[in-house]
Amino acid sequence: MSSAEETIHRPVWDSDEMAARRRKRYAADRRLQRYGVAAITFAIGFLFLLVATLLYTGASAFVQTKARVTIDLSSAEVSADDLMGAPWRNIVRSSLLALEPTEIPRSDRRAYFQMFTSSAPFLVRDHVIANPDLIGKSFEFKIPFSDPLDQFAKGQISRDTPEDRRRVSNQQIGWFDKLQASGVVSKPFNWGLILNPDSRFPELAGLAGAISGSFWALLVCFLISFPVGVAAAIYLEEFAPKNRLTDIIEININNLAAVPSVVFGLLGLAVFLGWFGLPRSAPLVGGMVLSLMTLPTMIIVTRAALRSVPSSIREAALGIGASRHEAILHHMLPLSMPTILTGTIIGLAQALGETAPLLLIGMNAFITSPPEGVFSASTALPTQIYIWADSPERGFVSRTSAAILVLLGFLVLMNGLAVFLRNRFERRW
Amino acid sequence: MMSEAAVEEAVGAKVDSQPPVKMQGRMVCVYYGDSQALYDVNLDIRKNQVTALIGPSGCGKSTFLRCLNRMNDTIDTCQVKGSITLDGGDIYDASVDVVELRARVGMVFQKPNPFPKSIYENIAYGPRIHGLARTKSEFDEIVETSLRKAGLFEEVKDRLTSPGTGLSGGQQQRLCIARAIAVSPEVILMDEPCSALDPIATAKVEELIDELRQNFTIVIVTHSMQQAARVSQRTAMFHLGNLVEEGDTDKMFTNPDDQRTQDYITGRFG
Repeated sequence: MSSAEETIHRPVWDSDEMAARRRKRYAADRRLQRYGVAAITFAIGFLFLLVATLLYTGASAFVQTKARVTIDLSSAEVSADDLMGAPWRNIVRSSLLALEPTEIPRSDRRAYFQMFTSSAPFLVRDHVIANPDLIGKSFEFKIPFSDPLDQFAKGQISRDTPEDRRRVSNQQIGWFDKLQASGVVSKPFNWGLILNPDSRFPELAGLAGAISGSFWALLVCFLISFPVGVAAAIYLEEFAPKNRLTDIIEININNLAAVPSVVFGLLGLAVFLGWFGLPRSAPLVGGMVLSLMTLPTMIIVTRAALRSVPSSIREAALGIGASRHEAILHHMLPLSMPTILTGTIIGLAQALGETAPLLLIGMNAFITSPPEGVFSASTALPTQIYIWADSPERGFVSRTSAAILVLLGFLVLMNGLAVFLRNRFERRW
Repeated sequence: MMSEAAVEEAVGAKVDSQPPVKMQGRMVCVYYGDSQALYDVNLDIRKNQVTALIGPSGCGKSTFLRCLNRMNDTIDTCQVKGSITLDGGDIYDASVDVVELRARVGMVFQKPNPFPKSIYENIAYGPRIHGLARTKSEFDEIVETSLRKAGLFEEVKDRLTSPGTGLSGGQQQRLCIARAIAVSPEVILMDEPCSALDPIATAKVEELIDELRQNFTIVIVTHSMQQAARVSQRTAMFHLGNLVEEGDTDKMFTNPDDQRTQDYITGRFG
């Protein structure tokens, strides 16, 4: 017995050496924790920087400088029968001239009218067509300033800049100051940013076309990738024999999820446009290309969801004589549906932000009306951002940031919905 | 199809007051991939009796049980050889419809596994997929009688619409038994039905098993010697994939023929 005690070397736990060793181990713990905190701070810092920059440059695009004018339709030149043919240009110009108390010489009128959007006659026309009871009356209407004056009003163009280096002349600044002093200038919320389609003029350009284009493309993407993805996942998970072929299919699906999206764009260009002859720039093709990208994600998510349903449920169903499809459709699939839907929404959110494949199939065209369906040419949110980022006008700089904010808003909304669904309906086993 | 007497003679069983054979396994071998789990098992399941399958873990008793309603079909690598008959007909014959078989040979699992649906839905599901009832009142009747037979009706009659997963473990297991009864099976297989239950719930389920014997043929896998002794009339002892011994429960527990059975029931191994 004593010999055994001799051979066992017992550590001296309270020695200085051991205490120092423990201190070092605790220090390593704390260091690891600090690295983690530093990494998270770094990441959040960059996220904050991104959003702050976007807000700083984009915030001004959410308001639009407008001038309140009185449109007088009491004279008989406008008839309800021919609203399109009425002399809107003259009506608007006389209203605009009426804002300025002093007579503007004919030679200066061109510069004066350039202060306001050149589409003002069409805006007034459309407003009257939408409200026919205005005919024969006098009413107030807010006409957007053109981009240079809008930028000047928002402080983006400084009056200290030499006149030949800015797009606003001293004369225009003089008129603008007088208009401001008379109280007709206002900066209301820019609903046009959401409700207008794209335009060459920044003051009129909006995201309506891009938003509905994205909507149609995502709808097509969902209608293709959801049923196909779920069906493929059910087959692979429940029916497919486990052999070399299904192994190869499985590996391919997993790898497909990592293929660069631009490759899918090229595929869409070659197959959908080239062989099938589908229309260019159409949300239909955009949705088809996006569904190619979403499909692998859908299949992986659905398989994981089906796997997470305990086998005891399947056995319970089979044990009372349910067939395989009944066990799957009545029990497995409903129970995994919340997870599948969450994955679907996240997959669609990913597709919403995808740009490269849409560029290749022409969804970056300049289109001034929202698409009427999946066949009409359209842009999408990310491609609209791409187009605006490429436009030289000053107004598009802030509008690009604003459009990114709108896109981020949709992404946050979709992800929020996914989180909500997960917390609300997902079953923990 | 052999006559009852011929079957008995083939087995070599005494022609006595024993009830007729309901299911019969002959030379049953089961393989999982390359490894063999059961070796030449010959076992009769007699009508309106409780047959207990006992033996140490991994001895193949659950495997044999799952062969009786072809639940092993769901495992890709599983292969069954030999013959298993139900009322004389081979259940592994190509002409046998596995859906019909599982309706006739119901199953209750180790862990209570009610569907995450209402108590009513749990019971009504089987009759619905098999088309056993049409009207609401027919379904109501099946649900009530099934729950009554499972001794659960009085406890849950006021909350038939609440989820079955909200019941206690013992109630859940009796719900699962009611669910199996609802499709009027001829045989009920039970795979360690009480292993997840406390002694009181276990006693209730055992009592229930004894009552169910009137109308059903029951095969139960159990780890508890006392349970086998309490509920069964026949006992089959498995060891390492072999059927060691089978016979009347009374005889098995008092005077077994095989040394291994003797050792197992006295707790020397297992």
